[in-house]
Amino acid sequence: MTLIRNNLAITAALILAGISLNAAEIRPGPQLGTPAGAHDISSRDWGIMPDGAGLPAGSGTAKQGRKIYEKLCISCHGDGGLGGSGDQLAGAQMQLTDEWPEKTIGNYWPYATTLFDFIRRAKPMLQPGSLTASEVYAVTAYLLYLNEIIPENQQINAATLPTVKMPNQDGFILILE
Amino acid sequence: MTNKKTLAQIFPDDIRHVAGNGLLDRRLFLKSSLALSSASFIADGAHAAGTEQPARPAWMNVPGEPFTPYGRPSGFEDEVARFPSPNRQLRNNGASWTPLHKLEGMITPNGLHYERHHNGVPRINPDEHELLVHGLVERPSFFSIENLLRYPLRSQICFVECGGNSNPGWNKSPSRAEAGYFHGLVSCSEWTGVPLSTVLAETGLDKKAKWLIADGADAFAMNISIPVEKAMEDAMLALYQNGERLRPENGYPLRLLLPGWEGVLNVKWLRALKAVEKPIMARNETARYTELLPSGKARMFTFTMEAKSLITSPSAGMVLNQGPGLYQVSGLAWSGRGRVKQVDVSVDGGKSWAPAELQTPVLEKAFTRFRIPWQWNGAPSMLKSRAIDETGYVQPERQQLINERGRHGFFHYNAIVTWHVDEDGSVTHTYDTDTAQPDNNGSIDTGWD
Repeated sequence: MTLIRNNLAITAALILAGISLNAAEIRPGPQLGTPAGAHDISSRDWGIMPDGAGLPAGSGTAKQGRKIYEKLCISCHGDGGLGGSGDQLAGAQMQLTDEWPEKTIGNYWPYATTLFDFIRRAKPMLQPGSLTASEVYAVTAYLLYLNEIIPENQQINAATLPTVKMPNQDGFILILE
Repeated sequence: MTNKKTLAQIFPDDIRHVAGNGLLDRRLFLKSSLALSSASFIADGAHAAGTEQPARPAWMNVPGEPFTPYGRPSGFEDEVARFPSPNRQLRNNGASWTPLHKLEGMITPNGLHYERHHNGVPRINPDEHELLVHGLVERPSFFSIENLLRYPLRSQICFVECGGNSNPGWNKSPSRAEAGYFHGLVSCSEWTGVPLSTVLAETGLDKKAKWLIADGADAFAMNISIPVEKAMEDAMLALYQNGERLRPENGYPLRLLLPGWEGVLNVKWLRALKAVEKPIMARNETARYTELLPSGKARMFTFTMEAKSLITSPSAGMVLNQGPGLYQVSGLAWSGRGRVKQVDVSVDGGKSWAPAELQTPVLEKAFTRFRIPWQWNGAPSMLKSRAIDETGYVQPERQQLINERGRHGFFHYNAIVTWHVDEDGSVTHTYDTDTAQPDNNGSIDTGWD
């Protein structure tokens, strides 16, 4: 606590003296954190950005993904992604302006990278984190194929996934408050 | 003593009707409390002079129960419970509702705080849990729980509300659920923790950083993007809830708290914050927690929970079984934009309104309890409450909300709730006649996956 007070006092004195400080020069608090190295961070940072940042090595196609889907995903999401106890993922009969809209990956999700990010961190629900990067690419490819966004034989990987343009990418109004 | 007198006979000079159908001045009992307490004193004194052993209830004739390390509610209160609504296949995914209709005051007991989990409650050993702050920061760092507790703590009483709360209100026919099991994905606690701005000052924040991606340590590995502005304004790394450490289902040992913002952003079991330039576009800020409009476009990043109110008593499922006479209307109001300024109550379906008494303290982004007495004449009545917050925002009627948003937004339903009191005193949920429509297809999409 003394350290905080000292720093506050020093900061106040410097401000009064009209000296401006750049944030890198002053450590405003007691620094109770432990520095994190690059390896610590990369092993915990799973996030995939819309521009593809964070995507790992590996690759997969819809054909490979179908096998994984039918083993691990179909019990909740149904045959061909038509839904069940889990979300409907494909095959919307009703579109977004119809009386009973069906929101699917194909007509609603704005970014293809979200699929990889979400599947890798959360799926399958009973063994999350158990899929390899290539398996996640393959399931992603299968879901994009089911939604008629990519052909069945297209390789989905770190280079191709961020280039997939989703049909509803411009379907959102940012409220930001 | 058992003679029933009308209120007018007891307090003829104080009776003041403030709106149609028997709504009384909210200050009625504040003014007459002295008269009430002296009357009850005299009544008690009448029994004092007997010589025989006074009758004792059974529990006064034996010693009571011993001490308990952690107390529990009375066994007679077992029905005051959350209402879980799990996914039908994966029972640890779903939500449980706070029984708002069985509670009073402004604080939700910890065991009754609503729950929303996407894949169950993790059992986290706090000694093995760390928060990693990284990305566009000058000093990427881990913070142990022990070390977070060494920073100056601060407390704030505020509500947390799921963005999907009250969503059956979009349905064409009124939900039959009790008030809390329809509107109870909201709870209010005193949260204590470290201001997030304190920790970000420790790591330093690059000027380019506009968002923080928060990651949870549950099986779902929940992630979502938070604007840096909010993080610096009033976000908290919460460690305590109502004086004790967070409950596991509310994020033990560490959760993010963003006062007034939708529940999903208040990431539980927080394990990482990454400073970035742009949002990650996670599943729960794109596919879910966005609101489809009639145009086919959807609202995205709708953070603030707008002003809302709800009469919790009398409410759906209750019966005014004492017949016509005096009742106390009690409810809750809250706003994600600040303090509740006023709550109006109507008992004639919105034809006339009167301001309810607001229980102090009235805190920003917190539950505010309102109350107003009502002399029910036994005729069918329609009860409504309408919150107005300090920004001047007025809680909308249901039809107004539907006109603006359509019926498929799923999230952010905050319309006025109407209860119908029948001649027999039974209370049900209803819509205004002009907004009620035949329901030919059950309900809207109610999935919580």
